[in-house]
Amino acid sequence: MKPLLERLAAGETLVSDGATGTMLLQADLEAGACPESICLDRPAVLANLALRYLDAGAEILHTNTFGASPIKLSMHGLAHQAERINATAVAALRQAVGDRAYISGSCGPCGKLLKPYGDVEPDDVYESFCKQAKYLIDSGVDAICVETMTDLMEAKLAVRAVKETAPRLPVMATMTFDPTPRGFFTIMGVDVPTAAAGLRDAGADVLGSNCGNGIGNMVKIASAFRGQTDLPLIIQSNAGLPRTEAGKLIYDETPEFMAARVRQLLDLRVSIIGGCCGTTPEHIRAIRNAVDAGVAA
Amino acid sequence: MELLKQIAEGVVGGDEKQVAQLTGQAIEQGTPPKRILDEGLIAGMNVVGRRFKEHEIFLPDVLLAARAMYAGMDLLKPLLVRDGIPSQGKVVLGTIQGDLHDIGKNLVAIMLKGAGFEIIDLGNDVSPQRFVQTAKDQGAKVIGMSALLTTTMAKMRDVVALLEQQKLAGKIRTIVGGASVSEAFAREIGADAHGFDAASAVERVKILFGEN
Repeated sequence: MKPLLERLAAGETLVSDGATGTMLLQADLEAGACPESICLDRPAVLANLALRYLDAGAEILHTNTFGASPIKLSMHGLAHQAERINATAVAALRQAVGDRAYISGSCGPCGKLLKPYGDVEPDDVYESFCKQAKYLIDSGVDAICVETMTDLMEAKLAVRAVKETAPRLPVMATMTFDPTPRGFFTIMGVDVPTAAAGLRDAGADVLGSNCGNGIGNMVKIASAFRGQTDLPLIIQSNAGLPRTEAGKLIYDETPEFMAARVRQLLDLRVSIIGGCCGTTPEHIRAIRNAVDAGVAA
Repeated sequence: MELLKQIAEGVVGGDEKQVAQLTGQAIEQGTPPKRILDEGLIAGMNVVGRRFKEHEIFLPDVLLAARAMYAGMDLLKPLLVRDGIPSQGKVVLGTIQGDLHDIGKNLVAIMLKGAGFEIIDLGNDVSPQRFVQTAKDQGAKVIGMSALLTTTMAKMRDVVALLEQQKLAGKIRTIVGGASVSEAFAREIGADAHGFDAASAVERVKILFGEN
């Protein structure tokens, strides 16, 4: 495979996968259970999902390791399994897809607030991300995606942890913003210009946003990022905010609805387009088609 | 009074040291503790709550303000107890069994404390039995439950059912909230109230106590 960053530098647009967590919840994950425990129990479930996304046209697949940093795993009493969880998550995907897709190690927030707002030492968070980065890198990921961050300090610690461990490994870094009357902010009060500058300074190769409040808002967020940086952008949107119906989670944005906004993302030169909570292989297939049509147009 | 206004400003600015120092000063001057609480600390947290709701400030500002408020509260508490000033009421709070997401619940706890309520915070992953037993043991009239995950919401129904089973419905009221919990869901499971966000949760809890 050609290195990921070479393709992005050449102006290519890549499609990444859709949701892992909400897909697992549909069938394989018990309510309230640790999503990463599936790496230990049933890696075949992860391999099957990866193949479905590959078949739908995804070229970047994220590992089921969003909550697999030791600090986060400790909330489920699984910190001692961190290495095995990260390693099996990568191996499950690599065995399934080989070199047909880039495998990106997902690193989500540690789940605690850092000092001075909370009680976790930034040094401990850094060390926790260093461990997860090492496990993922030793297992052979092609990139790492630091995602769903709301605290810029934590996001930067995670990016630096990866760059410290493997300086040349591509790092994507995305934060989650909410619309407010004054523009987009994370719940910790980080706006897009601050995020763009901070993530770039920390060493991220690709910047952007994931999760959030639907594809319409994501187009605006992408535009705000594009106004700040010429680095490659990544956008992985939720299929809207969920609502509940008889205790079941419903995401309203259809594959067609999301795909119809891909043109706008291409116009903003977004390099990687994928999905987050509520998206399915069908969403990714529709996005794939829209990217192919848009690039050809 | 100027000093109380400064205490409120200290809370809004998240200045822990200033609030502790000014609260101590107000106590020394003989200001009634209840006034320091209402016109200083609570007044400050009301401003914080409104600004957070309006997206003028964000979570870090609220957390720092809360810490400043607690610094004053620690000094006032023994005096309020001595004066026999009752709290606004006791509320048992927690995230429901299986749910480890507690930022929303913590915010509600901060805002309720800021409004003068006594909070018994059971933390994360709380079983229905523990919610109900704690409320009974502590004489709390309201149970507040939070769920971020839709997968854990259903457990909230068990708390409501347990209260009914123990003939406590109406005596101990329930309020539910969290990212996945809607007003419709609250009605569906028979909860007494739904808090859309931390600020509205406080308003609803006040109403629940008013109804008691």
